[in-house]
Amino acid sequence: MNHTQFFLYLLVLSGSTYLIRVIPFVAIKEKIHNRFIQSFLYYIPYAVLAAMTIPAIFYATAHPLSAIAGLLAAVLLSLRGKGLTVVAAFACAAVFVTELLMSVL
Amino acid sequence: MKNFRRGIKAGFPIGLGYLSVSFTFGIMAVSAGLTWWQATLVSMCTVTSAGQFAGLQVMLVPGQYLQMLIAQITINIRYSFMSISVSQKADAKLRGIWRWLLGFMMTDEIFAVASQEETVGRAFFAGLSVLPYLGWSLGTLVGALLGNVLPARLMSALGIAIYGMFVAIVVPEMKKSRPVVFVVLFAVLCSCAFYYIPALARISGGITITVCAVAAAAAGAILFPIEIKEGESSK
Repeated sequence: MNHTQFFLYLLVLSGSTYLIRVIPFVAIKEKIHNRFIQSFLYYIPYAVLAAMTIPAIFYATAHPLSAIAGLLAAVLLSLRGKGLTVVAAFACAAVFVTELLMSVL
Repeated sequence: MKNFRRGIKAGFPIGLGYLSVSFTFGIMAVSAGLTWWQATLVSMCTVTSAGQFAGLQVMLVPGQYLQMLIAQITINIRYSFMSISVSQKADAKLRGIWRWLLGFMMTDEIFAVASQEETVGRAFFAGLSVLPYLGWSLGTLVGALLGNVLPARLMSALGIAIYGMFVAIVVPEMKKSRPVVFVVLFAVLCSCAFYYIPALARISGGITITVCAVAAAAAGAILFPIEIKEGESSK
């Protein structure tokens, strides 16, 4: 790939991504009062995160079993009110330990 | 300054999670024919996972600028909803030029953490962006330069960090609110359908997430509209 082509591709890739993010952010200055939209905006983070996590999480590690162990650890710790960093760290640890055990057994 | 520092701390797990994902991107970009600096530049200018991986596929063939644009719009349109959501919670300082600057960092994970805030402050959002940006850029650079140097077992364990964070955001809210349980189950069933039903599985992951999230949140908003808090608009 020559330089011109690369930079044109880069421009389209990063330019479109940037504008998709920024235009609504800059354009919407007022509080939205519509009840449907308010409800929609309240639910959207959880809907996005749920759709992103499952089933993708099962394929994020070397083996689905270790991913399930990580998911269980994360759910249990979240139910106990632990914060993001702690939950993420223990999910990683659960994956690590499970894969270690799987390689030994 | 206190909020900036709080943001930096909140961005730590995101930055860590980004390392492993962008590392993979760096390796893949170089094997697709990009140089190390091109791979790093793509990450530094774009900061998105699905969009960059898809973009790499498009770049392999010359002259497909329209395809690149269409791919990016369908994969990334979810960011528009996130920006609208954060715009509703932004504090008085997060306006004008700051939105043009900080909107650049509206990733799934940064949005997830920002949406936990009652009001999203400029300092907090700026702090929150620092480590994820560094993690994303450096991970790509290291992956592009060194290839697969981290032990596979460590990469595998880090691969779940981002999802662990997502769980930590969603589960506590499910505990508090029945409608959120409904919305989450709806979204999960939908994304599983797109993943496991062969006819639907060919559709790109980014657009799947958008379709499922919009459908689930709209269903939630219709069936369980939230109570409007009165007097909240007094600023």
